[in-house]
Amino acid sequence: METAKLVIDQVGKVFSTKSGETVALDKTSFEIKEGEFITILGPSGCGKSTLLRIVAGLEEPSSGRVRLDGREIHGPGPDRGMVFQSYTLYPWLTVEDNIAFGLQLKGVSKAERLEVARHYLELIGLAGFEKHYPIQLSGGMKQRVAIARALANDPEILLMDEPFGALDAQTRAIMQEILLKVWEESKKTILFITHDVEEAVFLGDTVYVMTARPGRLKKSIPVTLPRPREYSVKNSAAFFELKMELLELIREESLKVVKP
Amino acid sequence: MRNHLFAPKKEIPRKVYVLAGVVVFLVFLAIWSALTYGGVVNPLFLPPPDKIVRTAIALFSDGEIFSDIGISFTRVFLGFVAAAVIAVPLGTLMGTLRIAEGAFEPFIGFIRYMPASAFIPLFILWLGLDETEKMAVIFFGTFFQMTLMVMDVTKNVQNDLIEVSYTLGARRSQIFYKVILPASLPGIVDTLRITFGWAWTYLVVAEIVGAANGLGYMIMQSSRFLKPDKIIVGILIIGLLGLITDIIFKAIYRASFTWMRREGA
Repeated sequence: METAKLVIDQVGKVFSTKSGETVALDKTSFEIKEGEFITILGPSGCGKSTLLRIVAGLEEPSSGRVRLDGREIHGPGPDRGMVFQSYTLYPWLTVEDNIAFGLQLKGVSKAERLEVARHYLELIGLAGFEKHYPIQLSGGMKQRVAIARALANDPEILLMDEPFGALDAQTRAIMQEILLKVWEESKKTILFITHDVEEAVFLGDTVYVMTARPGRLKKSIPVTLPRPREYSVKNSAAFFELKMELLELIREESLKVVKP
Repeated sequence: MRNHLFAPKKEIPRKVYVLAGVVVFLVFLAIWSALTYGGVVNPLFLPPPDKIVRTAIALFSDGEIFSDIGISFTRVFLGFVAAAVIAVPLGTLMGTLRIAEGAFEPFIGFIRYMPASAFIPLFILWLGLDETEKMAVIFFGTFFQMTLMVMDVTKNVQNDLIEVSYTLGARRSQIFYKVILPASLPGIVDTLRITFGWAWTYLVVAEIVGAANGLGYMIMQSSRFLKPDKIIVGILIIGLLGLITDIIFKAIYRASFTWMRREGA
């Protein structure tokens, strides 16, 4: 009997290209406990997105396996909600219909799914925007709706692939706080990918640092900052120390990419 | 202000924009008038503007032109609908499934370069000279392009949108009906609008051979009897009908896809 929520067991990915085989992700293993917020930090092109896509089931690993609640995963499913960096709301659906989309696929009645949608709209602070279309929303609002849409499905784990990467710095900081609030209320397990050191520290219980290509786990850094966290924690000495340590680690890896 | 007018991609006042279009029309009319009233060209080949207006009034008050318009419109419409009924499902299928694209794209890509007009003798042999043959020409002229354009629209649906739908629990059939189809619908309607315009251009080709009525037939007959004014009126009618259907399609588009507008419904 496993105690971990998600087990990533010797997962690796090799891409075949014209010039031969490229190892995108070296054999990687780690575990995530129920309700944990894990951030994965890595330089661009380190295979962190590939890892997340394998967990989502959007890509097959070349080796190893992923288990969720003890069951090996094959292909994508509603038990693993995902939020992408790009805006992926359905532009032809209103905000509430976007959030209720997964429930509609399941055949949940309209009244019931709109009630769920309303609950999550409130959670992300967008009550009143039920009937808006995505084109009428700002980037930050779109990503909040995307988070609500993934949560409305009540997934076992939430996978986030640099969801705030396309947002400006101010909006991103606010989004991080909203996400923490949502996480604290929903008690979801979250696997969050980023290349932003501050974001990784501010959000995570543990930060996994990855090496440059081929991607591999380099170090796991527990974040001992108290919860619930507010933006002011970013000014604390403890935060600064962690940030410096991670910056050093990630800098080594980034340099390998720039000066191979 | 004045140097704004010739700055690349710079916005200009709406009035100036409209005025520029009107001026071109007026210049065209002026040249036409100068050539005809000035006696530069023989009116037997190019009648003056007022003659065109009088011929148009005569044709419409006579009423016979309406049956020609009706017949031509029916041919274009039915030929186009027949093409759309097959092209839209086939195109979306080709844009969705690589196997369907692999199977049909080379074949359709090959046929579309064959001129529809060159098939008329074959169509006559196979279908005779009745309405089916006219519609076949219009069908042939639009179907292949339409299929490929619909395929492109469907292929352009953002891949992230499909992937996120899988993670929300969508099955393959749901990906098609609930994601790819609604995402492509605006592009499909736009494709129909554009190809309907092409259908009009094939009308005259369809009515040149073996027709006894319709606008194309009227134009051909007028050439035979040296009536350039009737030819020009016929061409203008076809142009206007094309423009009207275009406007109707645009209205449908605007009414159907309010979600594409920032200001909402």
